[in-house]
Amino acid sequence: MKTLKHIAILTAALAVATTAQAGTITVKGSDTMVILAQKWAETYMGQSPNVKIQVTGGGSGVGLAALQSGQIDIADSSRPIKATEVENCVKTFGKRPREYKVAVDGLSVYVNNNNPVKALTMEQLNGIFTGKIKNWKEVGGNDMQILVYSRENSSGTYEFFKEHVLKGKDFVASAQTMQGTAALLQAVEKDKSGIGYGGAAYGGGARAVGVKKDAASPAIEPSEATVVGATYPIWRYLYIYLNPDSDKGDIAAYINWIRSDAGQKVVKEIGYYPLPDKLREKQ
Amino acid sequence: MQSDPKSKRSIGWMGLARGHKARPVEWISEKLIFLVSLSAIVTVFLIFVFVAREAFPIVFGTVNNQVTQKVIPAADFDKLSPEELQHYLGLSPSEFAQKSKDTLTLLMELKEEAAKEATKDKDAAVNTVSWRYILKPYQWSDYDKPEYIWQPVSQISKFNIVPLLIGSLKVTIIALLFSVPLALGAAIYVSQLAKPRVKEIVKPAIELLSGIPSVVLGFFGLIIMASVLQSLFGYQSRLNAFVAGIALGLAVIPVVFSIAEDALTSVPRSYVQAALALGSTRWEAAWKVVLPAAIPGVFAAVVLGFGRAVGETMVVLMASGNASIMSGNLFDSARTITATIAAEMAEAVAGGPHYRMLFLIGALLFVITFMSNLAGDLVMHRLKGRLEGRR
Repeated sequence: MKTLKHIAILTAALAVATTAQAGTITVKGSDTMVILAQKWAETYMGQSPNVKIQVTGGGSGVGLAALQSGQIDIADSSRPIKATEVENCVKTFGKRPREYKVAVDGLSVYVNNNNPVKALTMEQLNGIFTGKIKNWKEVGGNDMQILVYSRENSSGTYEFFKEHVLKGKDFVASAQTMQGTAALLQAVEKDKSGIGYGGAAYGGGARAVGVKKDAASPAIEPSEATVVGATYPIWRYLYIYLNPDSDKGDIAAYINWIRSDAGQKVVKEIGYYPLPDKLREKQ
Repeated sequence: MQSDPKSKRSIGWMGLARGHKARPVEWISEKLIFLVSLSAIVTVFLIFVFVAREAFPIVFGTVNNQVTQKVIPAADFDKLSPEELQHYLGLSPSEFAQKSKDTLTLLMELKEEAAKEATKDKDAAVNTVSWRYILKPYQWSDYDKPEYIWQPVSQISKFNIVPLLIGSLKVTIIALLFSVPLALGAAIYVSQLAKPRVKEIVKPAIELLSGIPSVVLGFFGLIIMASVLQSLFGYQSRLNAFVAGIALGLAVIPVVFSIAEDALTSVPRSYVQAALALGSTRWEAAWKVVLPAAIPGVFAAVVLGFGRAVGETMVVLMASGNASIMSGNLFDSARTITATIAAEMAEAVAGGPHYRMLFLIGALLFVITFMSNLAGDLVMHRLKGRLEGRR
């Protein structure tokens, strides 16, 4: 009888492989956050061995969709949840999902190392990425055509940049879409007329330009002080979302830990920016 | 002799009626093989039905993705009849029955919030998934002239499939122009001209190409070929249709080669011998006698190569740059149908307009390969008929 029961449990587990087992916290979502979420999980599991945390990527929308269908406990998202997604959550579990800010991310704009352009205004960035500005000499560079590199439209970084820098306008159609920030940086590194954008955590290869809010303000390079202090203009919070009903026990403890000084130390190690003190949990 | 009552009752069952040599095991295996082959047909059919079913609402224009919807304030909750409310919130009757009043009010509040988030764009009232906007250019707000635009994640989603069709076509044509001459040349050489020793090495080597996973080919294209080709030809954009086409060609070569080589080898030896006896060189015999005799098979090889090229995903996803532009220039980036589906399916909300659009282009791809195979088959039969002197 007991073996039968075991077999039944095993089959059930196989059938719904994504469903959480007892004592396992399942996390899914943003590709930007996947390295961070894994590091969090490793560090946390190191200190509380009876908790198992499973982290997968796929994109912010994928994580939120999985939260809507109840497949996971925690959804990572690099953008605020959309009204339609809240609506779907309410349709399945009757409540708004609970939101926590867990880190700060600054998006850098990368150009090739040999490009003489040192700083761009938000308006110039808008022009370049929507295709109004086509040549580097229009923004004080050499006379060559600008090649725009962008991300796939399934990425949270793409949506953030579109909302924040393009003010909701479309990317220029000739923008090449890359499969990840690393691939994009590699392309900009090899292309002397290239420009792209991506999380600060990936820096290297290409060079980040300073960004000016408008023509009169100073150029600001992305750094912890400028991003967390909100003087650098392109920054965002990183979020986690969960069903308020499951925000208790192990999961609540884990989220508290993420938002505490210990969890925020991991954020810094990975290369993102920690939450300002007033947003942290006291432990 | 055993007197089995069953043999009288069921004639032909288990093959017993085939006489004293009846072999039930053979009968069973025969039926099993039949079932297996039947299941292949059924699977293809089911896949097509599945893909087409998801795309049907767009084909028949029953999807509407206008951004603007008339908003009913949550305060008016009591004024609505249950039917109106259910329709307004887009719930199925069973879902609706399970919801408490609080949940329903919350949903109505969310609709209001969504309406506030929505844009005041002049195109907000456009149903962008109707055929007019899928196939014809349109001047969207913020654009200077009517254009073909594929921008599915946007305030106003734009789903024009023409840039994707052109992208797929461009990459496929380059792949075929590159691979077919090479593969046919290799097939003629291996089947007609090469010494047996050389043949033993060259043939498996080319066929080994088909064992390379396409993701490896794509990576090779992305990292190495893109840089080498750019320094050779000096074009502007590093990743483009040309690079992807050449990398794709490497995947197509073994397909075309294997089938063409088979067709050439199966031409009767006596044809070559007759040609040689009449004083032609080996090269003339191969080119003027064997190749024309094998032309239906060679043609089939090219058609299959086309199918492989148009359906290949990973290579084009990695090496083509994936910009959805309307450009005939081979050195410009291109976004193919397959790469679009692979890159965007993960984020598309199941059942939403974007999701259905992706299934629509998937169904389109299915139709394209089906039509090309069908056309290829018809032409092949004509060629065969002509060769055998039936026409």
